Amino acid sequence: MEMPVIDATIVARKPAIVAALQAVLPHDAVIHDEAEVRAYECDALTAYRCPPLAAVLPRTTAQVAAVLRICHQMGVPVVPRGSGTSLAGGALPTGDCVILGVARMTGILETDYANRFIRVQSGRTNLSVTGAVESDGFFYAPDPSSQLACAIAGNIAMNSGGAHCLKYGVTTNNLLGVTLVQMDGTVLEIGGAHLDAPGLDLLGVVCGSEGQLGVVTEAILRILPKPEGARPVLMGFDSNEVAGECVSDIIKAGILPVAIEFMDRPCIEATEAFAKAGYPMCEALLIVEVEGSPAEIDEQLALIIAIAKRHNPVELREAADEDQARRIWLGRKSAFGAMGQINDYMCLDGTIPVSSLPFVLRRIGEMSKEYGLGVGNVFHAGDGNMHPLILYDANKPGDLELCEAFGADILKLCVEVGGCLTGEHGVGIEKRDLMKVQFAPQDMEAQMWVKDVFDPQWLLNPAKVFPLDITANRRAG
Amino acid sequence: MKPADELELAEMIRAAKGPLRIVGGGTRRIGQMAGGEVLETGGLSGISLYEPGALTLVAGAGTTLAEVEAALAEGGQRLPFEVPDLRGLLGRVGASTIGGVAAANASGPRRIQAGACRDSLIGVRFVDGAGSIIKNGGRVMKNVTGYDLVKLMAGSHGSLGVMSEVAFKVLPRPEAETSLTRDGLTPAEAVTVMSRALGSPFEVTGAAYVAGQVRLRIEGMAGSVAYRLGALTKMLGGGWAVAEAAQSSALWVEVRDVAAFVGQPGAVWRISVKPSAMPQVLGIMADAQTVCDWGGGLIWARVADTGDAQAAALRGYLAQIGGHATLVRASAAVFEQVPAFHPAPTAIAALATGLRAKFDPRSILNPGVME
Repeated sequence: MEMPVIDATIVARKPAIVAALQAVLPHDAVIHDEAEVRAYECDALTAYRCPPLAAVLPRTTAQVAAVLRICHQMGVPVVPRGSGTSLAGGALPTGDCVILGVARMTGILETDYANRFIRVQSGRTNLSVTGAVESDGFFYAPDPSSQLACAIAGNIAMNSGGAHCLKYGVTTNNLLGVTLVQMDGTVLEIGGAHLDAPGLDLLGVVCGSEGQLGVVTEAILRILPKPEGARPVLMGFDSNEVAGECVSDIIKAGILPVAIEFMDRPCIEATEAFAKAGYPMCEALLIVEVEGSPAEIDEQLALIIAIAKRHNPVELREAADEDQARRIWLGRKSAFGAMGQINDYMCLDGTIPVSSLPFVLRRIGEMSKEYGLGVGNVFHAGDGNMHPLILYDANKPGDLELCEAFGADILKLCVEVGGCLTGEHGVGIEKRDLMKVQFAPQDMEAQMWVKDVFDPQWLLNPAKVFPLDITANRRAG
Repeated sequence: MKPADELELAEMIRAAKGPLRIVGGGTRRIGQMAGGEVLETGGLSGISLYEPGALTLVAGAGTTLAEVEAALAEGGQRLPFEVPDLRGLLGRVGASTIGGVAAANASGPRRIQAGACRDSLIGVRFVDGAGSIIKNGGRVMKNVTGYDLVKLMAGSHGSLGVMSEVAFKVLPRPEAETSLTRDGLTPAEAVTVMSRALGSPFEVTGAAYVAGQVRLRIEGMAGSVAYRLGALTKMLGGGWAVAEAAQSSALWVEVRDVAAFVGQPGAVWRISVKPSAMPQVLGIMADAQTVCDWGGGLIWARVADTGDAQAAALRGYLAQIGGHATLVRASAAVFEQVPAFHPAPTAIAALATGLRAKFDPRSILNPGVME
């Protein structure tokens, strides 16, 4: 993965940059020791590492603004960082950048049940937002699988999704407002406790802009009343096609489950060996979850099961109680860990139209043989967001490169059938060079106009999202 | 001008010598529009893809809303955000287009539960002010590839580009709907009761306050609607009347289209605030007729069409408490002194101006429409 050449003139000014940052931040909030900055050399895309020039850990919006003003004046690139759980390299530093981490900004500023929102500092973890309101019967809906660790700041940057977005939407659908600090230190309030934008929907374009437009320091999030209950049903089929048809039929019948999860045979086998959830050995497995009161759940599940039966399932298992529900989810939730037991893996995130599912799975199977690398598929079937897990051996020379080539081919396939490169992880550096597969030059140009307006010098997270060759002139300032 | 396809649209915009007034069905335009040659989108018509099993519909921007709604109804589905028909309110004729719906981010009572138009819009194709064709988003509902220009286009009122194609996530049409109504409540009582209902797990999809009457709506499978109706009534106490099926939907068409103001004179405001602020806003607009939606968060107010139509008092108050007010209907004399769209703080306005300069460098697309 190519990154821009480190600007030696910035590195040479490190003492002055550090001194300027120390002048506006508490002593322990500026990390510049060469050994200590290594803690920030990568995010969850660990194949790529580069220690930053320095890292700062402000506690307030005013401190963030002060840091950005300094970096703006001194021409230093800034890479914002939430909890560093990006699978796309969104928080990967360059050697001449300052990492701006919001990890110490975890406060709850306001909880308003009457108006159903919570205002938090952006370093707060996703799960702890729900944690703050669940005893009062509320929750924050987007639930990325890293929700225990990932920060709201990163969720907003990547417009994160989760397993339940078929019903509740992704981050952008649950975000009411942000405090955004621009690269020049200007502090903006965009949105608020009210709905919708008075003019252009700037909040909509900030969400998902991968930390390239500004640093979000506070967020107003929509909270929802918790449903009375939820219950999954598990069904096994002897072909991917049939499972795909079943998903389509459930949706066409007018039922909107909160989650429809899909696992294919390689993934089921790995999961069984690892977690022993008692899954049936079959070609395709669906977990469908519905919500409501016990009677409402019964009503929906009866319909879903009737539809499933029309497709001759090899297994149909309704959770009778909490423990059985937990066991149904156990395998799905350990799928990534199970694949990791077999080998190193790379997790992809393309989305496809659900009608292309059987074709895409068949092609992935064929490509798997051509590349000689195993792949398991687990994904959110209701919305077509796939997570193929490609197995490779990090210690075997050339295997990572082979795996990346295979991954790129799968993502190109997703685009070919009318889908996209990434459904919820973001582009980062991982898919940066594939953007040309999905977008024509003018499509990317229009996106870059937005960055030109918010960050004219291209100092914020500059080496991400767009292919380096088309941003070279802009980054040169 | 009425381009027959996207390429022709691009050519026309490239060749344009002056301002263009972009018109879909001409049913939703807000405020004073500068002159200019009319560019109609009606030729960019037709549903190119509808997959009920994928909850996806793609159509030319000039396709009529009626055609889209009919196709979805046949598939047992609908646009989630309950598009208002404001022809009566704004005194317009014509057939609303799906591109116009997107350009206005037109969203009705269900916005509180199913999101706004911008939340269901998953892809756009448009032509910018220089005549370049640009696409963003796509036909899949989960997509974070690159920046979300789809949101930027939703509600941009034709000021960044002319949409040629739009893609929507759609939802199943529920089997049943029922509403609860209760009369004689003060604004403060209404907000409290709507807030309790919306804070319950019973999935209320409409919460409005019209002429002292609170209306709550529940939709879904028949058994579930019956259950939730019972649970909600139990939670909120007695005094509720029940309206079922067509009787219920008629109540919401009224709210959606602000039927109470149709045929009545006066200037009309559309105000978005946090719901609990509704009684205070009603307080400062003491002489206004009002219709409140979104649990109190959306206030339609009809005031005398004179002076500044209470703009200074209203917008001054909103500057303190947050929110925004759009003047959707007024006489030319009032629009002379009051901008239709809520004025933005300097730094935000600078960003909007900067974006328009990039997307429409000659400033020919509906110039001044949102300023």
